[in-house]
Order: sequence, then structure tokens, then C-alpha cells
Amino acid sequence: MVIEALKGLFLGASQKVEDRTRAKEQSKGSFSSNTKLEVKDLNFYYHEFKALKGINLKIPTKKITALIGPSGCGKTTLLRCFNRMHDLYPGSRYEGSIIFHPDGINITEKNIDLLELRRKIGMVFQRPNPFPKSIFENVAYGLRVNGVKNKNLIKERVEWALQSAALWDEVKDRLDANAYSLSGGQQQRLCIARAIAIEPDIVLFDEPTSALDPISTAKIEELIINLKERLTIIIVTHNMQQAARVSDYTGFMYLGELVEFDKTHKIFTVPSQKLTEDYITGRFG
Amino acid sequence: MISNKKRTDARSDILFPIIGFIALLLAISFMITLIIDILIDGFIKLKDPSFYTSYPSRFPEKAGILSGWVGTLLVMAGAVFWSLLIGIPAGIYLEEYATKRGIIGKIETIIELNINNLAAVPAIIYGLLALGIFIYRFKLGESILTAGLTLSILMLPVIVVNTREAIRRIPRDIREGAYAVGATKWDTVRDHILPYSLGGILTGLIIAASRAIGETAPLVTIGALTFIAFLPPSPFTSEFPFISLDKIWSVLMSPFTVLPIQIFNWVSRPQADFQINAAAAGFVLLLLTVLMNALAYYFRQKVRRKYIW
Amino acid sequence: MFGTLTFKRALDKIMLAVFFTAGFITIFITVGIVYVLLSDSIEFFKEVSIIEFLTEKEWTPVFATKKFGIWPLVAGTFLIAGIAVAVSIPLGLIIAIYLSEYASTRVKEIVKPTIEFLEAIPTVVYGYFTLLFVTPLLQKVVPELEAFNSLAPGIVLGFMILPYTASMAEDAMKGVPQRIREASYALGATKLRTAVTIVLPAAISGVVAGFILGASRAIGETMVVAIAAGMYPNLTIDPREPIQTMTGYIVQVALGDLPFGSIEYLSIFAVGLALFIIAFIFNSIALWLRTKIREAY
Repeated sequence: MVIEALKGLFLGASQKVEDRTRAKEQSKGSFSSNTKLEVKDLNFYYHEFKALKGINLKIPTKKITALIGPSGCGKTTLLRCFNRMHDLYPGSRYEGSIIFHPDGINITEKNIDLLELRRKIGMVFQRPNPFPKSIFENVAYGLRVNGVKNKNLIKERVEWALQSAALWDEVKDRLDANAYSLSGGQQQRLCIARAIAIEPDIVLFDEPTSALDPISTAKIEELIINLKERLTIIIVTHNMQQAARVSDYTGFMYLGELVEFDKTHKIFTVPSQKLTEDYITGRFG
Repeated sequence: MISNKKRTDARSDILFPIIGFIALLLAISFMITLIIDILIDGFIKLKDPSFYTSYPSRFPEKAGILSGWVGTLLVMAGAVFWSLLIGIPAGIYLEEYATKRGIIGKIETIIELNINNLAAVPAIIYGLLALGIFIYRFKLGESILTAGLTLSILMLPVIVVNTREAIRRIPRDIREGAYAVGATKWDTVRDHILPYSLGGILTGLIIAASRAIGETAPLVTIGALTFIAFLPPSPFTSEFPFISLDKIWSVLMSPFTVLPIQIFNWVSRPQADFQINAAAAGFVLLLLTVLMNALAYYFRQKVRRKYIW
Repeated sequence: MFGTLTFKRALDKIMLAVFFTAGFITIFITVGIVYVLLSDSIEFFKEVSIIEFLTEKEWTPVFATKKFGIWPLVAGTFLIAGIAVAVSIPLGLIIAIYLSEYASTRVKEIVKPTIEFLEAIPTVVYGYFTLLFVTPLLQKVVPELEAFNSLAPGIVLGFMILPYTASMAEDAMKGVPQRIREASYALGATKLRTAVTIVLPAAISGVVAGFILGASRAIGETMVVAIAAGMYPNLTIDPREPIQTMTGYIVQVALGDLPFGSIEYLSIFAVGLALFIIAFIFNSIALWLRTKIREAY
């Protein structure tokens, strides 16, 4: 299984065998079964601007990791490195590595297969962005582009995903309705269903509740907590209470650097850095 | 000191709107006069059904626009075909694919500059291009094929600009949503970009076609004939598969006339009776243009209501 | 559960190539234009010296003694374009200021598409209208106005290019930030004073770009002048006389049967080249002015 997945992740031919072995060995060296993503000395550039500076971080498996910090600190930039969303726009450059465990693949590698990567690492965006299609098609879309042809299987997976996103009961009678007929909170849960329908290993949440009202926010937070049984979750939030409520681990970022990373309760009670403490206590940001 | 007495210069704020309104009225009444003038001049012919079903003739009272409107239809079909094949895909490339990186990026910049410049080239220059290249060098003849190609080149800048604008209106969240579940560029274009921008792209196509349908100069240059007393051969046959490639080819290579050329010819005749024909045909052409623009306007409104991002 | 995506990946690359090809082909249009204009013009200049072309004051290609001095055609072209611009700029500017500073949104919504429709009317219809309505009308007021003249086509073109001189100018003025206007109103300036001394100068490059594009459109316009201005190459500034423009000459020659390579055939490419260069210069200025606006805000 692991080997197969490994083969799938690489484009293969362009990568030298030695490199592959080395990458595997390296990853084994620091591998511990509860690490999902291992960020090593990651720098990221937008054209000349260095947006991320020497990030080192281990994202634990099936836990919720929150990234907090003032706006412009690079938390969303870091999140979008994990599924290489930056590649859609010119002028992005990565240095260092992000190892995807247990396969041992380096995500920042140039030749990596982005389709496979994005199937394994899903994303939910800041503003709900359903497609202007039916509710059913929104969830089925990821399955279709990943080559699922069996109609019954698609139906089954769509239902499962909508149930997992706690949306099924609200929409089961109107799956053909346009996704834009849903409320904002429902739309965001639809986007979550869309992300999890293809069973990714990780889901990235980019401030998923910033455009929602408090009740919808509470529902989404509950949903995120339930999802961690199956998935590794990374959530970027500008809302410290949210990070405290939902996450197991928290990283505090400032000016493109990861200032501190630890268990959430530690960060919010006894931060080791003065800067973290100042931010948590609302002295800036 | 605040008083309720108007300052002298404040009078300009009462006077100017009146002047502005008169200027506006002048422009609009100019257009209305034009429409009414050709309607009145051509009225006798417009209400005569045989005008639409007759070939041109030496006798003004017998002359009609049959070969003109059939020719216009065929030439426009060709122009739309080439626009679908080249213009719209070129617009999609520039807006959705172009990354402006490396050597390809340089080519992309050239393509973009090139299309911007084409928009300002006088129409008659395209006629010279067609005459020099399509007719004398490629030997395509003074044919429907040549005319369709020529008009599609005229339509290109309008189509590219409208295609790009329609695509640009789709927010990037939608694209990211598709890429985030593992869609390829083509998946995204086929499933999202094209369906959501189709209305806008079609609007652009109709607007471009409504400009091209009235174009005369480039077709004069490639030698559209004014006296065509026959229709191109029908490409349909009585036996399966009911359409023959040879015959389609002979339609494409057929000499032709179009409405604007017919009008031009009638205007240039000294006899006043031909000018009645010119006015009537001019009104038909104008009506087509109005209808196409109205259709484009309707499409645009519909699309705006359908996708509110 | 998931299929192999080999085909999908290949298709993605193929479609990229297809779209790129469509874009790339468009380059050949310009290449084709430049090639055909240059190569046939070079042939032309082998028979007619470029010095004669640029210094001779007569254009008589159909006479026994052929003379190829382009100035009568250039003069005719600029005379008509000049009249068009003289009509269009004041009218367009007043309309633009009215629409941008005074008119309600409702009025604008109706008026702008209407004005823009002026450009959609087939030019051959304008030609008819000029020859058979505008000229006879003007003949009642202007003494000695001939049946073919440059005044009537000039005036009609002036209206025809209002989409550039009025509508584009209005777009440019609308682009001026509201805060700049408010600053002026706050000092007690009237709307008109604000429009003329503040908004117009701020939007000037966009407004002028519209004027230049309009002029360029008038220079390249063919049918109206071919129908209503006459076919008489005439080095004159009298708008009552028949003249011939560059475009009009191309049409006149094209209406005859052109043997490939004959001097008449070649001459229209030389005239076309001159027209292309003029249009290119005008367009470049307009484009440069428009990039200037983008820098401004």
C-alpha cells in the first residue's frame, strides 16, 4: 500500500533513484508514527518577497493543529504550501521540505504530482466557494475529476460526505437544487463535504468561519472536531478563542516565522515566548 | 455669508445641464433621423414580399435581396465558425492559461499586444490582407470561404476582449475550489470556466457578428460581386448521408454577394429607383444589427442575474 | 475507488497545446498584414520612386500619364477626419461631462448603449444617409456645396465616432475618484467648475485617448467617404469640393478587376501601408495615454 502510494505520488522518471532512496531514508530517520506532515527549514518566496522564513514544524496525525497570528504573518501562506495552491500563480518559490508521512514524499519537490497531492490534502476556503451547480454535483465533483465513474458509488459517497458534514438531513430532499440556494453556513458545510468526499488524509481549513454568523460557526467547529477521528486537520484562524476551542496543537506565527508551536493549552496558558504571550493577551494584532 | 441669492457662477449649474441635454438630444435625434429616413425611403420595397425573394436585376422595380441575405447568412456562418475555432480559444488561452513566464510568456505578451493592435487596424486593411494572401497567394478565390475568414479576423479582437472579460468575472475562489479537489486545468476550464462564462462569451460573439454583418469595405476589396442571380449550390442530397462534402466545398468556393455590398451598389447607381432598394435593404441590415445587439443585451442581463458572485 | 488518470493528464496537455495554438495563430494575422503590405509596396516602389510618392502633388493612376503623389489622398483623408473631429470633440465632451457629472444613473443606463449603437450602424447605411439626406440638407444652407463633398461625410463621421469621444471620455471621467470631486465641492465650487477644472484635467489622458481613437476611426472609415465624398483626388481644404481619401481610392480600384501585379493592384497596397502606419501611430499614442491613466490611480 505504502509503496504503491509512494509510486503514485512521484512523477517517477524525472526523479533520480538515489534521490528517492535518500528521501525515504531521511524521512525514516525522523519518522514517528504520529507525525503526518514534517516541515523542515521551509522558506517561501512571492517573487522577491520572502513570505516564510525557516519554518520547522511537525503536524501530528489525526489531531487538529491551529495556526494563529496577526494578519500578514504568513499563516495562510504556510497553509497553502501544503497543497501547493501557490503554484496556481506566477512568482512562487519553495525552499526546504515538507515531508508527507507515512509515504515520505517531499511536497515541495518540483516534480510532484499535484493532482494526487490535492486528492490527499483537501482544502476548505475562507469564504464558502461552492460551484454554481447542484448540491449533488458539488460534492460529486471531486470524485468525478479523480476518475470515479460508477454512478452508484458516487451516490453512496456523496451521501456519506454530506452526512459526515452534518448537512444530509437539511438537503437530502433537494440535492438537485443550486448550491447558491443554501445559507452561508450550509454552503461552507457543503464545501467541507466536497473536500472530504474524496477521502483525503488531511483537510486544510483557511479561516473557515470568518464569513459566518456565530451559530453557523459553532456548527462548523463541532464538525471539525468530529472529523479528527478520521482526518488530520490544519486550521488557520484569526480568532484565538476558536483556536483554543477546537485545536490540539497551536502554532503562533509572526512576520513569516513560526514563533512557537506546542500543545494548545500550553500556548494559551504558559507560552514560552514573550511575543506569543503579548499576542494571546491582546497586546497587539 | 450664506444667503439664498445664487452666485453668478452657480448659474452655470443650471445652464450646463440644459446644454448637455441638448447635445445628447442632438446625437440621439441624428440616429433617429437616419432610421426614419431610410424607413420612409425604402418603405415601398420593404412591404413588397418579392423584394426578399428576388435576385438583383437591371430593372429597379424587379430587383431584390435574395442572393444578398443568403450570402450574408453563409458568410456570417463561416465567420462564426472561425471565431469558435480560433477567437474564443485564443481568449481563453490569454485569460486562463497564460502565465507570462519564460519564453512562452514572451510569446503570450506578443499575442496580447498583437490582438490589441488589431482592434485599431482599419477594416479595409483586412480586405487588403485577404486580397493579397487568401486570394492571390492561397488561391482561395473571391469566395464565401475567403469572406468568412476575412470577417472572422475583423471579429477577433472584439471576441477576445469579451471572452477575457467574461472569464475574468469568475472569482478565483471557484478555480481554487476545483483545483483543491484535484482537477486539472482542462477539468476546470471545461466544468467551470466555460459554463459560467458562456453567456458572456456568446454576448461577445453576437456583438462581434453584429459589427461584421454590416462590414462592406473589406468585402469590396476581395471582390464580392454585386450582380449574383443565383444561389450557391445546396450541399444536401437526396441519398444518405444527405450531405455531400464535395458540395459543401462548392458552396464555400462559390462567388457571392452580401447585403451591404448590394446596398453599396444600389447607392452608387444614378437612377433614383435603385436608391429605394438601397434604403430598403439598408433598413433590413439595420434591423438585423439592432436585433443582434438587443439579443446580446438580453444575454448579458440574463448572465448577470444567473451568476452573482 | 479512484481511476488511473493517465488519460486525463494527457488530455490536459493536449488541450493546453490546442488553446496555445489558437492564440499563436493570431500572430500570423499581423505577420500577414505586414508581409502583404510590405512586399506588394516594395514591388510598387520598384516602378514608382518613393520620392515621387512622397513629393508629387497629383494622384492620377488612371490617366495616360500616371502620377502617384499620395498627398491629395492624405489631404482628403485628414480633411474629412478633421471635420469629424471638429464636430465630435465639442459635442462628445459636452455629452461626456453631462453624463458623468449631471445625469442620473437611469438616464446613463439608457443613453450610453444608445450612443454606443452609433458605432454599430452599418457604415454603408451611413453612406446612404450622407449622400441622400445630409448633403441635400446642407446644400440648402451652404452655397456651392457639390453633390460629392467632404463636409457632409465629415459631419456624419463626427456623430459616428461619438462612442469614442463621448462614451470613452465619460468612462475616463467616471474613473476619477469621488473624493477628488468632494474636495472641490467642499470649497464651494460649482459642479461645472469642478468638472472642468478638476475632473477633466484628472481624466485628461483617457479623454484624449478616446479622441485619438475616434480620429483614427474616422481616418480608416471607408464606406461613408467612398459613397459621399467623391472619387476625385483633390489637394484642397475646401470642404465643399469632391475629394478622395486613401480608403476611397482602395475601394475605387478594387471595384475594377485587378490583374495581380499590375500597377493599380500594387498601388492600393502602398496606400494601404501608409494608412496602416498612420493608424498604428494613432493607436500607439492612445494606448500610451491609457497606460498613463492606469499609473495615475
